[in-house]
Amino acid sequence: MRDEGRAPAAAPAPAAPEPLNRRQFVEAALKACGAAAPLLVAVIRIPAAGGQEAAGGVEAGYDPTGHYYGMGVDIEKCIGCGRCVAACKAENDVPADAAHFNTWVERYVIEDNGEVTVDSPNGGIDGFPPLESERGMLRSFFVPKLCNHCANPPCVQVCPVGATFATRDGVVLVDEKYCIGCRYCIQACPYGARWFHPTKRVAGKCTLCYHRITRGLVPACVEVCPTGARIFGEVEQRATPLARFMRMNDVQVLKPHLNTKPKVYYANLDGEVR
Amino acid sequence: MTVKLPPQVPRLAAVFAVAIVALVAARAALVPATFGKYGHYRAAAVDSIAARPVKYAGRQDCEECHDDVAAQRLAGNHRGVGCEVCHGPQAAHVAAPSDVTPPAPRDRSFCVRCHAYNASRPTGFPQIDPVTHNPLKACIACHDPHAPVPPRVPQECSACHGQIARLKALSHHVNLPCITCHTVPQEHKVNPRASRPTKPTDRAFCGQCHDKTATRVAEAPRIDLATHYQRYLCWQCHYPHYPEAK
Amino acid sequence: MQGYIYPNEYELQWGLLIVLYPYITGLVAGAFILASLERVFNVKEVQPTYRLALLTALAFLLVAPLPLLGHLGHPERSYEIFLTPNRKSAMAMFGFVYAWYLTVVLLLEVWFEYRKDLVLRAQAAHGVGKWFFSALTLGATDLSERSLRFDDAAGRLITVIGIPSAFLLHGYVGFIFGSVKANPWWSSVLMPVVFLFSAIVSGIALVLILYLVTTLFRSRPVDMPCVDKLATFLFYAMIIDVSLEMLDFLHRLYESEESIGILSQMISSRLFLSLIVLQIVIGTLVPLVLLGVTSPALRRGGVARGSEELRRLIYLVTAVLVEIGIFSIRWNVVVGGQLFSKSLRGLTVYKVEVLGAEGVAITFGLLALPLVILWVLVKVLPPWPDVEARSA
Repeated sequence: MRDEGRAPAAAPAPAAPEPLNRRQFVEAALKACGAAAPLLVAVIRIPAAGGQEAAGGVEAGYDPTGHYYGMGVDIEKCIGCGRCVAACKAENDVPADAAHFNTWVERYVIEDNGEVTVDSPNGGIDGFPPLESERGMLRSFFVPKLCNHCANPPCVQVCPVGATFATRDGVVLVDEKYCIGCRYCIQACPYGARWFHPTKRVAGKCTLCYHRITRGLVPACVEVCPTGARIFGEVEQRATPLARFMRMNDVQVLKPHLNTKPKVYYANLDGEVR
Repeated sequence: MTVKLPPQVPRLAAVFAVAIVALVAARAALVPATFGKYGHYRAAAVDSIAARPVKYAGRQDCEECHDDVAAQRLAGNHRGVGCEVCHGPQAAHVAAPSDVTPPAPRDRSFCVRCHAYNASRPTGFPQIDPVTHNPLKACIACHDPHAPVPPRVPQECSACHGQIARLKALSHHVNLPCITCHTVPQEHKVNPRASRPTKPTDRAFCGQCHDKTATRVAEAPRIDLATHYQRYLCWQCHYPHYPEAK
Repeated sequence: MQGYIYPNEYELQWGLLIVLYPYITGLVAGAFILASLERVFNVKEVQPTYRLALLTALAFLLVAPLPLLGHLGHPERSYEIFLTPNRKSAMAMFGFVYAWYLTVVLLLEVWFEYRKDLVLRAQAAHGVGKWFFSALTLGATDLSERSLRFDDAAGRLITVIGIPSAFLLHGYVGFIFGSVKANPWWSSVLMPVVFLFSAIVSGIALVLILYLVTTLFRSRPVDMPCVDKLATFLFYAMIIDVSLEMLDFLHRLYESEESIGILSQMISSRLFLSLIVLQIVIGTLVPLVLLGVTSPALRRGGVARGSEELRRLIYLVTAVLVEIGIFSIRWNVVVGGQLFSKSLRGLTVYKVEVLGAEGVAITFGLLALPLVILWVLVKVLPPWPDVEARSA
């Protein structure tokens, strides 16, 4: 028996009712669960009645269900000036240091022997210094990067509390008041598009300038690009600049094998770009 | 016959019941009201993000008052360059024009950010060497930023095709002007993408100098055009701007 | 920084505290599974460690959420995980798996195991002590044969439920990493399984250490068959664990996917000390050899017969090396996954703080805290097989 080597038994108890066999025990347990079930259902289903929510924000007349946004990037037009990086930081109050970017520009240098060198000095915010040597250079180009506002976003999938989400108009946003700062979304993003705000201690990322596009403006990076390398528009529509861009160019997305369904489409994208 | 539950069961059940009731009450009290309205998120968050202040007004707003400048810009080479690229975010100026004056960059360092020669820029983008190109002179002394036509139409193709020119300068083709092989319409210097230079189309073109029967350019290497890799066009293997590369 | 990393990857997001969390939950799962060996599989020899293993699991489980809370940007909002969990997120399910394991498995099991002792102590105590122990009994003071048999049956049922729950508790931590397709170092089907078996290894080693150390401090004789059995199970668990890790390693090398270049570079430069030296040599190979030679795992009485004292010492040393090795595994997974860029073109560095909020000092504190809690638990609920509970 189990009690060997343990404390000596207490004084013998008065005559007990019939011993409880396994079936009766399971019955009792099930009864207890049955009593608990409605309570559990209530936990999940009871509508919440929290505090007051802030009103206002999106302009009257803006219907999110009438839009589904995407972006185009033409590699052949980017001159690596970095104005987009600076404009984004100014427009969206992104921390000014070299570790937090909603958008950044990368430079690729591909040599005759196949070696690839990539750099992004301070995200490209001050442009790029000239190459040390052009000897042996086969191709070189700039690649602007940003959040891809994926249609199947892995970051939204992993957020434990629902602080990051995709809006009905296709923009992936972070609720700064709800984020608990676990940083799982930053780990889950394959593109390195997310960062952790050093003072607010929540996740940050490109919002596709949601506050601008819902007022009929274009994102800040698109506004300041001097060569038209960035194209803003709607996905799955005809009368939008993005549709023309996708008709006239062979477009690709980054890391298609991960099935995140990105909505930033690159024209003239080199195979070496990750 | 009823089974008498051991005393442990109802007591444990009571403890669990209290915990679950507490969870239900907490949920009712603490979950924000708009949560779940459109999806698993707080719908009010969308509104607060959309309510953030706008810093860049956008070129349409500038045009409303500065239509003359806008018209001038749209007719020239900076037609794709928005006002705020150079003048900075000016939503504040649009809101209070007399109180906020937009800055206007006059320093050389501003323009060379885009226009300094950089091998990674796409070919055809106008670039200069900031060290040798009119040093110390302000760019706007010769180029009106709203209509930046150069004072002289570039004689050299290298103004826009710097990387090709530099590469060619190291090769045996160094003394061949670009127009040796490319016919350049005058329109190309004004509207580059709309009017493109021609390129040679057949082997015989290169054969003018390189075939064994050619008489021009005595020092050019000679091959027998009839038998030398007849299947291919010359430039499929020999990069014309650096033909000796292996 | 070497090569190219995305600008947002300069700062590592998951540091020492997140390395600590799977280590602690691993100890919990491992200690519990060891306890279940006696309860469900009737391995008589390890019975002296049964209660100690339960209390150890409880002490470490109570501390487990602390590194997580310390790491969160907004720990005051952590309740949101319970109120609006995203059912698609493995991390959200943590709150419920933890709550389930703490309440339905561990606390209930401890309560059923100790109910009789609590009732007896309540009867024997006076004043605050009487009130305290009576409260712990929840008023179920019936010590009849039927009630006691119910306790036993309930304990066994909970252990049976508890084994898959322990698998779930630590397996899902492995899944949290293994399901991240963005990270080729983490993304693997084997991740939950490797985590689980390394947890079992660390749990057995921990109970072995605690049993030897507490017995030494209490100046009692060590139950050698018990300790030999623990060492044997540790050896077997390590064999399985090392096989799984070898499988992962060989699989990666064989498939030679795109990430193999940067990952090899990372292992040979950034992770050389923690992976090759600490995890493999000191944490796995040396303990396997020592245990294989001294414990009865390979041959009854040990391959090399040594005195009991020597065996105990080697077991203790081995168990400590194992704990270092398992901690290194957690480090290599968590930190290793962030040392290389998702561009697959560069490596970065993790600058460990000493005093900061995620520093070495806090880590040591959080490792010591469960031992303090265990000391308190041991005073309230003595696990020693040779202690007689005071009766009325």
